[in-house]
Amino acid sequence: MRELDVAVLTTAIAEMVMDANYNLGLDVYQALEDALSKEQSPSGRHVLAQLVKNADIAKTEQVPMCQDTGFAVIYVELGQDIHLVGGDVSEAIQAGVRQGYQQGYLRNSIVADPLRRVNTNDNTPAVIHFTVVTGEQVKLIVAPKGGGSENVSAIKMLKPADGVAGVMDFVVETVQKAGSNPCPPMIIGVGIGGTFEKVTAVAKQALLRELGQPHADEFYAELEQKLLHRINQLGIGPQGFGGNTTALAVHIETFATHIASLPVAVNINCHAARHFERIL
Amino acid sequence: MTKKYITTPLLDEDVVTLKAGDQVFITGVIYTARDAAHQKLAELLAAGQPLPIDIAGQIIYYVGPAPAKPGQVIGSAGPTTSGRMDIYTPALLALGLKGCIGKGARNQSVKDALIKYKGVYLAATGGAAALLAQTIRKAEVVAYPELGAEAIYRLEVENFPVMAVNDAFGNDLYIEGQHQYAVRETEENEC
Repeated sequence: MRELDVAVLTTAIAEMVMDANYNLGLDVYQALEDALSKEQSPSGRHVLAQLVKNADIAKTEQVPMCQDTGFAVIYVELGQDIHLVGGDVSEAIQAGVRQGYQQGYLRNSIVADPLRRVNTNDNTPAVIHFTVVTGEQVKLIVAPKGGGSENVSAIKMLKPADGVAGVMDFVVETVQKAGSNPCPPMIIGVGIGGTFEKVTAVAKQALLRELGQPHADEFYAELEQKLLHRINQLGIGPQGFGGNTTALAVHIETFATHIASLPVAVNINCHAARHFERIL
Repeated sequence: MTKKYITTPLLDEDVVTLKAGDQVFITGVIYTARDAAHQKLAELLAAGQPLPIDIAGQIIYYVGPAPAKPGQVIGSAGPTTSGRMDIYTPALLALGLKGCIGKGARNQSVKDALIKYKGVYLAATGGAAALLAQTIRKAEVVAYPELGAEAIYRLEVENFPVMAVNDAFGNDLYIEGQHQYAVRETEENEC
């Protein structure tokens, strides 16, 4: 059985939180440039040009693209045939977040308690999602998530009879309500199905997909395009100044659900859609 | 987009030249404050005590900057969502605050106070934090250092780029901009 020291995870996570915050993914960068060439509104084009330039500065100078360097959301896909040694896995990951945020001059944005609100001063704890898979590898995904777009995300338990129309209306209403707050152009992660807690996890995972990659199932790929079209007709535009680029993409992920249920979750991401993957 | 250049501190005469939709460049001193600092300022006002900074004629920027790397004046410094400060803003405008910078819509009581006290709400581009930091020439903490990124900083800026969203005449770029570009279903069917 393959052995791996958890210290390797610490180092990897520390590097990944810095990488994710400094280097905007090429998929998002390309989407911003495409939007810039198509946007009708002058103020919208002005904003999109600023965002492209901002991504260039962040990458060249290795500084965070956004001061909100996020809640560190970390996905760990653990191969069942690997043996992790040298300490507690969760602790090793938290140590990586602590190191990365400090060494990378990233902002500490986490308070230890939601009501008493004292900053932990090292951006821990991270939110860690573990899954067990076959094989003897460990796959890490680091996805720092900003507060502004998280705050306007929403969940609704629909009735099965609400169907496709009900799902679409809820997604569009959520984006309309979010308006200028989540730093549009946004990326919309939609979860459909599962249970109350599963649907939100699925919506967040939808945000990890490479921009421009449609859903593998044609039915949902078409629904993604219809939603993107309706959202971009809202007129909110870049930063909410008006325009036809309100969202860069809509990604849907689904899960089986109960005969009585149709849960829908909308997880909104700002244009600083950060995720970084590494296989150990 | 009309370009306007302003220098702080601001007088009423400066504020009334700004219209929703103007591209505005700010030079001079601005102060930072976000959630925690606003709460502290509100507590002082409730207790009838003086504020740690004189806000008359000033602009407050809703930002919690990233830490400065060695050699940097300040870390990345883009705006945070303004709506969370709505509850505190009218009282500060009543004390002579002339402007605030953030991102996202304000509520009606803030818009009313901007008209009543002649103030302006300006939006910086959310997520353009590395770009915005380049216009900040100097940064020092002037109150609440214990709040870290949420402390009040005095910033010296040069041509800091913003858009006027809510002016002193009740105009709202978010509402007008969206209205201008929204496609209604009937329009689309006619095409």
